[in-house]
Amino acid sequence: MRFMVIVKASPDSEKGVMPTTQMLADMGKYNEELVKAGVMLAGEGLHPSSKGARVRFEGKKRTVIDGPFSETKELIAGFWIWQVKSREEAMEWLKRAPFQEGEVELRQVFETEDFGDAMTPELREQEDRIRAQTEKR
Amino acid sequence: MSDAAAASGTEAVHRTINAIWRIESAKLIAGLARLVRDVGLAEDLAQDAFVAALEQWPASGIPANPGGWLMAAAKHRAIDQIRRRENFDRKQSQIAGEIEHARGAGADIHESLDDDVGDDLLRLIFTACHPVLSTDARVALTLRLLGGLTTGEIARAYLASEATIAQRIVRAKRTLTEARVEFELPRGEQRDARLASVLEVIYLIFNEGYSATEGDRLIRQELCDEALRLGRILTGIAPGEPEVHGLVALMEIQASRLRARVGPTGEAILLLDQDRGRWDRLLINRGLAALDRAASLGPLGPYALQAAITACHARAATAADTDWERIVALYDALAQLTPSPVVELNRAVAIAMAFGPAAGLEIVEELSGERALERYHLLHSVRGDLLEKLGRHEEARTAFEAAASLTRNERERDLLALRARANVSPSLRMTS
Repeated sequence: MRFMVIVKASPDSEKGVMPTTQMLADMGKYNEELVKAGVMLAGEGLHPSSKGARVRFEGKKRTVIDGPFSETKELIAGFWIWQVKSREEAMEWLKRAPFQEGEVELRQVFETEDFGDAMTPELREQEDRIRAQTEKR
Repeated sequence: MSDAAAASGTEAVHRTINAIWRIESAKLIAGLARLVRDVGLAEDLAQDAFVAALEQWPASGIPANPGGWLMAAAKHRAIDQIRRRENFDRKQSQIAGEIEHARGAGADIHESLDDDVGDDLLRLIFTACHPVLSTDARVALTLRLLGGLTTGEIARAYLASEATIAQRIVRAKRTLTEARVEFELPRGEQRDARLASVLEVIYLIFNEGYSATEGDRLIRQELCDEALRLGRILTGIAPGEPEVHGLVALMEIQASRLRARVGPTGEAILLLDQDRGRWDRLLINRGLAALDRAASLGPLGPYALQAAITACHARAATAADTDWERIVALYDALAQLTPSPVVELNRAVAIAMAFGPAAGLEIVEELSGERALERYHLLHSVRGDLLEKLGRHEEARTAFEAAASLTRNERERDLLALRARANVSPSLRMTS
């Protein structure tokens, strides 16, 4: 299963204050661990909301609202996409993150769970090739 | 707290411990195996530490550094066990000494092992995929030691009994001990052969999930996820190996199509008919990036070539946009590296797509003489398809009928029978 790990904005991240060298190093090490464990599929940091915008929908009407947005705690400063086997595994990984303050949110990503056995000749070929190799032994 | 609340609390801690086990077990076993020089013993010690955690953590709470706790607990047991034996030989006493030394030297044992973790994991996967083991044993041991899966989980995924899998793992560990397999990194030429075995095992696990025709599909998909995870771990610990990236690219791109491969009523959807909007772009991008890394490290090997072929499909916005000429060239290269009638058949399909059905049929007709493909339903199905496109309906019908009689997949049989009937000439249809 996949989780989106949502890092909330802080007054600093909204002001565009860059993380300290130490924080960057710690985060780099943490990211490396996630990658080496085969857990991290993607991860990005976001610019402050002052560079963002919103589009409000009302029927056919569209209104553009430029950032920054005031409700800092509800804003997002970055995210990861993780592939894990359980919610608990995601939580264990998150607990190891080098944050000193704030809250980070875990949300499970919807996935189509059922898939079938459609096989193209190419895919069959791979399977049969491996099987043939195995049988040779 | 009521009994029920206490029980559910314990259950929650157990779930957390299981998650910690998944994160820590491979590193734990690998580190221990380096110390005790026996993978089987290392796994037993790690298991004992895990059981101790299950007993103690619900009451004591989860330690701040669970990995370090497990390692310390396992080492205690290792020393106890070695000391308890009355006539321990020199080697064992030396190992016990080394372990104590390691404990004394590093203030934080876990920290001191950190640097070597990658190499230890690599040693562990090389050992689990060692050629003295049967393929089944390699698969089971890899899932167990590197994946942290329980015997029950492996058994469910492989539709086998738990006893069978447990026995397979016990036997595999014994074989490794008896064959005195060193917990080492293979070098030189040997390394290539051993790496090939590792890649094969991972891809076998992937295919077991990908081509699942029976059993619980959800569990089988977990095998795809597990194989991908193992592959991704391998790219971290053996980043200089082009075929590691090639295999990961192949698996990422194939997995990107998992949710597009089946229709609402469970029917199979062939690659060219799939809704490409349902392909997983994240996995495709990861796959293409892995393929680029493979290509940057050297000439494309068999896995990278197969990945490059799947990438041609992944890059095409619509089926009609597929670069079939490039696919033909890639199959040519693949046929050179790993010649086989099945690769030829796929090359024929690509040639038919690139240069017309007649060109493809020419190769298929040559292959029809191959004994290896005689009972291969796809040969007949491809032949039927090409004959149909050429308007040779009578021959196409016979070919589809042959294909239908050979496939073991019910849905596929229905589809092929349908295609056979579509090639019955109108006059015959009226009389029947």
